[in-house]
Amino acid sequence: MKITRAEVEHVADLARLHFTEDELDGFTTQLNEILSYVAQLEGVDTGDIEPSTHAIHMANAFREDEVKPSLSPKEALANAPEKEDEAFFVVPKII
Amino acid sequence: MSDLTQYPIHKLQKLLSAKEITSVELTRAYLEKIDRADPKIKAYITVTPDEALKQAEKADKRIQAGEAGPLTGIPLGIKDNMCLKGVRTTCASKILENFVPPYTATVLQKLEEQGAIFLGKLNLDEFAMGSSTENSAFFPTHNPYNLDHIPGGSSGGSAAATAACLCAGSLGSDTGGSIRQPASHCGVVGMKPTYGRVSRFGLVAFASSLDQIGPITKDVTDCAIMLQAISGYDNRDSTSVDMEVPDYQASLSTDLSGMTIGLPKEYFGKGLSEEVEKGIQNAIGILEQQGAKIVEVSVPHTQYAIACYYIIAPAEASSNLARYDGVKYGFRAKDYSNLLEMYKKTRSEGFGPEVKRRIMIGTYCLSSGYYDAYYKKASQVRTLITNDFKDAFKKCDVMATPVAPTPAFKIGEKTDDPLQMYLSDIFTISTNLAGVPGLSVPCALSSSGLPIGIQFMAPHFKEERTLKAAYALEQALGNFKEWPQF
Repeated sequence: MKITRAEVEHVADLARLHFTEDELDGFTTQLNEILSYVAQLEGVDTGDIEPSTHAIHMANAFREDEVKPSLSPKEALANAPEKEDEAFFVVPKII
Repeated sequence: MSDLTQYPIHKLQKLLSAKEITSVELTRAYLEKIDRADPKIKAYITVTPDEALKQAEKADKRIQAGEAGPLTGIPLGIKDNMCLKGVRTTCASKILENFVPPYTATVLQKLEEQGAIFLGKLNLDEFAMGSSTENSAFFPTHNPYNLDHIPGGSSGGSAAATAACLCAGSLGSDTGGSIRQPASHCGVVGMKPTYGRVSRFGLVAFASSLDQIGPITKDVTDCAIMLQAISGYDNRDSTSVDMEVPDYQASLSTDLSGMTIGLPKEYFGKGLSEEVEKGIQNAIGILEQQGAKIVEVSVPHTQYAIACYYIIAPAEASSNLARYDGVKYGFRAKDYSNLLEMYKKTRSEGFGPEVKRRIMIGTYCLSSGYYDAYYKKASQVRTLITNDFKDAFKKCDVMATPVAPTPAFKIGEKTDDPLQMYLSDIFTISTNLAGVPGLSVPCALSSSGLPIGIQFMAPHFKEERTLKAAYALEQALGNFKEWPQF
C-alpha cells in the first residue's frame, strides 16, 4: 500500500498540522518507508486472535461518583495562552 | 571525604543516618557539580536549587528527629515529562516550553512525602519519542562516558545525570525501552516495572497502553529502593493495579540456585554486535556460576514487534497529543485568521519533526478505511507477542537478553533515517507490548569504553526476579568500571 502526497496532505489536515511543500515531499517518502516496513504484519496469520488494547487484562475500574476537591478556575486557567476574567479561555470567533 | 556524588543511595542513606553528612551538604555538592559539569553533559532542562535546598533543610530535621526513610534527604533528578506543581514541565517540547503544572504527579508526591530532594527536571526526546535524546527541542544530551556519543533515549537526561553523578538517582519513563536503553548506554541500572505497578497520574501521556514510570540508579540495591518508593495502587490512575507490593530489597541475593534463566533465541541473531554479544555471554556464564540454570526459550513473534509497536504507539500518540491545541495550556501561535488556522499553526510551530512524524503515522493508521489493516492487525499481533511471553515463562523464571544491538552510537549518526533509529529498539519494545517488567544492568564495557547492559525480563508483577538476577550479576562483576570524572 503506497501513500500518495495527496493522502499525506489529507492526513495532515486530519491531524491539524500544516506542512510546506518541501516538508510534504519529505514526509511522503518517510511515511512510505515506515508503512512499507510495518506492512510485514500482513504476513502474520492472526485469524480469530483477540486484539489486545492493554498490556494486562483489566475490567472497567469503577468508582463512586463523589464530589471531591478539584482545581479552582484560576488554577485551571493559569497556563491558558489567552483568557478573560480568570473565568474563560479565549478562542478565535467560531460562528 | 571522597566525592559524595559518586555514592549510591543506600550508602548515602547510611552517612545521613549516622549524621556524618547532612542533606543540605549533599544537595550543595550535587548543585555545585551540576554547575560545573552539566554545561558539558546537558542533562538538565531546569535546575531548582532554592527548592532543593529548602527540601534538604526539611529532610535534615526529619533525620534529626529519627523519622527518616530510605530516601529522606536523597537528591534526585526527574525526567521532564512528570508534573511537579509550580515547576516548569516542558516534555522537551516548544509546545509546553512555559507550562507550569498546577498539580504534582503521584510518583513525585510519594517521593516528596518520603523526604526526597528534587534537583531539577531532566532532558528527553520531545514527548519521550526517540532513542537518543537528540529529539529534544532544546538541546541534545551527551553520554558521560564519551561526550561525542548519545546517552540513549528517551530518558537520556535521567541516565546521563545518574552516570555523571549529577543526581543520586532519577526517574524515567519507558514506552518502548526509554528507561532501559539509556541506562544500558550510560552504564546505570534502569527498570521498567510491570504495566500497572506504578501510577502514571501526572506523567504526560505518550502511548497510554505502553507508558510506565521507573527508576534509573547507580546500582541494583538503589533500583529496589526507588521502585519500592513509587510502586502501588493509585485511585487517580485507573490502570494502576491494586496488588500487594513485595519487599524488593529482601529479594536481593547472590545465590541463584533454583532460578531458571531463559535465553530467547530470537534475541541473539542478526544485527547484534559482536561486542554486545560477548558481554552478554560473559554475564550469562557468571549467572550460571551463581547457581542459575540456563535454558533456551523462544518468543517467535519477536520479528514483528517493531512493526507492531510503530503502529500502536503512534496511533495512541496521535490521539493523546490532540489535546495540544493552543487553547487550554501551552504554546499558541501568533497571527491566524480563524480557529482552524490557529490549531494548525500552533501545532506545526510547537511540535518538532519526530513528534509530527508519529502523529502523521498514527493519524493515518487510525483513519477511515485503514483502521482494520493497521491498528486492529497490530493489536492482534500484540496478543501473539504477549502469548509468546506467557509460553516462554512456563519454561523459565526470568529471560536474559541484550538491551540494545550496539553500544551508544555517535550524536548525529542516525538522525536522518527515522526507520534505522526505530530498528534499534528491537530488544526492548516487546516488554512494553506484553506489559512485563524489564531491567537493564551494566555487564561490560566496549573496546572504546562505552557501557553495555544486559536485560532481565520476568512475568507480570515479578520485578523481584529481575532484581535478584541483576543483583547477583552485579555483585559477581564487582567494580569493572568507574564513574566518569567531571
